Amino acid sequence: MNLTTSPKTTPWTASRWILLAGVLLLGLVYLLPLWKITLDAPQYPEGLGMYIRINTVEGVEANNLNQINNLNHYIGMKPIHPDTIPELNIMPWVVLGLIVSGLFVVWCWKRTALMAWLTIFTLVAIVGLVDFYKWEYDYGHNLDMDNAIIKIPDMNYQPPLFGSKQLLNFKAHSYPATGGIVIFLSFGLVVTALVLEIRRDKTKSSPGEAS
Amino acid sequence: MKFLKNRKVWMSIVSLVGLSVLMVACPATKEGVGTNDAAAKTYVPPGEHDEFYAFMSGGFSGQMTVYGLPSGRKFRTIPVFSVHPENGWGFSEETKPMLNTSYGFVPWDDAHHPELSMTDGVPDGRYIFINANNTPRVARLDLSLFETVEILEIPNSAGNHGSPFVTENTEYIIASTRFSIPIPEADVPISSYKENFKGTLSFIKLDAEAEEMSVDFQILVPGYNYDLAHAGKGPSHDWAFFTTYNTEEATTLLEVNASRNDKDFIAAVNWAKAAEAVRAGKAKEMPAKYFRNYMDHDTRIAHSEEKTSVRVLNPADVPGLIYFLPTPKSPHGVDVDPTGEYIIGNGKLATVLPVHSFRKMLKAIENKAFETVINGIPVLKYDEVLAGEVQDPGLGPLHTEFDNKGFAYTSAFITSEIVKWNVATREVVDRIPTYYSIGHLMIPGGDSKQPWGKYVVALNKITKDRYLPTGPELCQAGQLIDISGDKMKLLLDFPLDGEPHYAQGIPASLIKDKSVRIFELEKNNHPHAIKSEKQARVERNGKEVHIYLSSIRSHFTPDNIEGVKVGDTVYWHLTNLEQDWDVPHGFAVKGANNAELLVMPGETRTLKWQPQRPDVYPFYCTDFCSALHQEMQGYVRVSPADSDVPITFNGR
Repeated sequence: MNLTTSPKTTPWTASRWILLAGVLLLGLVYLLPLWKITLDAPQYPEGLGMYIRINTVEGVEANNLNQINNLNHYIGMKPIHPDTIPELNIMPWVVLGLIVSGLFVVWCWKRTALMAWLTIFTLVAIVGLVDFYKWEYDYGHNLDMDNAIIKIPDMNYQPPLFGSKQLLNFKAHSYPATGGIVIFLSFGLVVTALVLEIRRDKTKSSPGEAS
Repeated sequence: MKFLKNRKVWMSIVSLVGLSVLMVACPATKEGVGTNDAAAKTYVPPGEHDEFYAFMSGGFSGQMTVYGLPSGRKFRTIPVFSVHPENGWGFSEETKPMLNTSYGFVPWDDAHHPELSMTDGVPDGRYIFINANNTPRVARLDLSLFETVEILEIPNSAGNHGSPFVTENTEYIIASTRFSIPIPEADVPISSYKENFKGTLSFIKLDAEAEEMSVDFQILVPGYNYDLAHAGKGPSHDWAFFTTYNTEEATTLLEVNASRNDKDFIAAVNWAKAAEAVRAGKAKEMPAKYFRNYMDHDTRIAHSEEKTSVRVLNPADVPGLIYFLPTPKSPHGVDVDPTGEYIIGNGKLATVLPVHSFRKMLKAIENKAFETVINGIPVLKYDEVLAGEVQDPGLGPLHTEFDNKGFAYTSAFITSEIVKWNVATREVVDRIPTYYSIGHLMIPGGDSKQPWGKYVVALNKITKDRYLPTGPELCQAGQLIDISGDKMKLLLDFPLDGEPHYAQGIPASLIKDKSVRIFELEKNNHPHAIKSEKQARVERNGKEVHIYLSSIRSHFTPDNIEGVKVGDTVYWHLTNLEQDWDVPHGFAVKGANNAELLVMPGETRTLKWQPQRPDVYPFYCTDFCSALHQEMQGYVRVSPADSDVPITFNGR
């Protein structure tokens, strides 16, 4: 990268285009669900599941969340009300911040900025997953044992972060949904952009001046 | 051994031997089924769906039943004209009005002919109609709900048998009166029949947008018995055909007295012309008292409205409205082939099956080839309208259905068989026995422009030895017969509810994806609905107590109620808060003098209860809803009339 030329004249290398694509791709998470938890049981041939979106949790089918909450009352699990999960209010702004700062990195096109931004992106992703795990842990462990109808000592109902797990009569499957895959793709593109830049630096004496 | 020389003795021996051969041979023909082959053809593996829905009339059960073909498995009874304690139909406050008539609440009827709504002459899977014979009515069932949503009483009718048959685009649902009666209703000597008695042909309009049936007009016809009907199609689109018998106009011992004439008539009615005449103001408004009942969409509460008049058209005022086609002999069913050209009169006492030609009929009308004129209705010459006769169609031919390869299938009651014949050549090509005494028969789409000619179902009146005996009262039954090849093959026997008359079949794919799973609680506009447990409550209003009750797995809210008194009328308004597929909740309270409630997810239903003596009454859920269904219960305390126990519920 050229540290002397102004951003306006910085050349549009392939890596810069890839970064732009990666940043813009993130915008899709406002439209697509990030994660999907499905519950399989013999009585639900039509399927039962929920999507975790950037700003809410909703049923795969209109009434699924309602159905899941109703089933969960048997084991004393708290009902899932998206309104009570503060992260769902914060997440859209965090991602917006990522996108805006990402666009800034594309504009200024400095490797340090790119590396810093990738670090933030990585941290956001990790914090997001840890937070998701914490919520799953909380729902699965902090049960209202006084009012639970089905009580099994030492049993918890925490769904997996990634993978499948048998919870009584339900098999819970937890996997990234389209929005989650988009994040991985975006992340991959950003890494690719960085790798290309590093390679170019190695082959050229004065990176950024090339092309 | 002199007696061996006696000719009579020899004859007896020969006939005895002959008889025993027959007796041995009979079971062989009865089981003349490649059983493996038949089993494979009717086997629908567990969890798989049938290819066709079959809607069977319940006859004297007053209901309609839903079966799958080719398996013959029964799915449901849909209550129509009879009360149905199983789900509270006719017992819950919401459904009681559906059974209102000008004679008051009628809890039973006799339902004969289901008929699917059609678009372009092909069943479209939107609605199915069925008639009430005894207290004349036509019901409309919505096939997304499999529920009766409208019932229209028919005035000036008695024995609503020739009903309900729909025109190609469901423009009209047609109905004829079996009994002729004094019109308007009057106290007259029965012996004044010829002078005072008339028949009517009714044309019911369906306003699909307003979801409302109305009697658009009736045509006044001579005092015969009107038996069955079918609308034309294709070239005969504008016409409808009705069979008549008792053209002798007898009032007593009809089995003899109405069987004297060689020929009775098929009445061909130009309904398009009739509708035009009505629009031109040629019909007379006549006072009449009849009811229309309908289920409101948003509240799911049935309402009754009383109608006070009906438009009646006199054929004498509209030339060209009706023609009589002479038809031997006391014809029962009248069936129009898929092309709309051939009109088959199933003369139940005739030895031949007449096939009339629509084209020839039009020509005969044009040429005025009239035999005579009765009450302004020309009788066309038999030979001028006849395309040909089917010879040896079996004894007692009743009904004919069609496949999509140019063949017709006629049921013969007396010889207990189905006779297959070529519509164009009138040649009999195959016959198969039925066990026993077939009435109607049904091919999916078999009375439409587009039959799905894979199976015919024989609807038999008598079963005798076909099933394990169940005392003197035996089931009536259907028999599934493969008609995909040249030869008909019996595949399956299956019992039916009540007495099956007509039936309808339709590919499952035209209906199943539209089937409603739940009622959306958000859209429940029942005035006594509650949307959450927080709204559950008990309110006293004078001597009325309204209990706003909710159900969700596995409890009622409230479930401890006090303050009800003897002499109160209690309304249990139960809202099922579930929004999950196939989770109804039931409700029953001890000593209730009606029935239970079965409440679908998101729906509200009300049970009226008048407790007779002080006690604590249990109530509970009657539908096994969950593992803790047995815990789904409550108590209501009933105190003496003069007590001062206040209304409380769960300590509130």
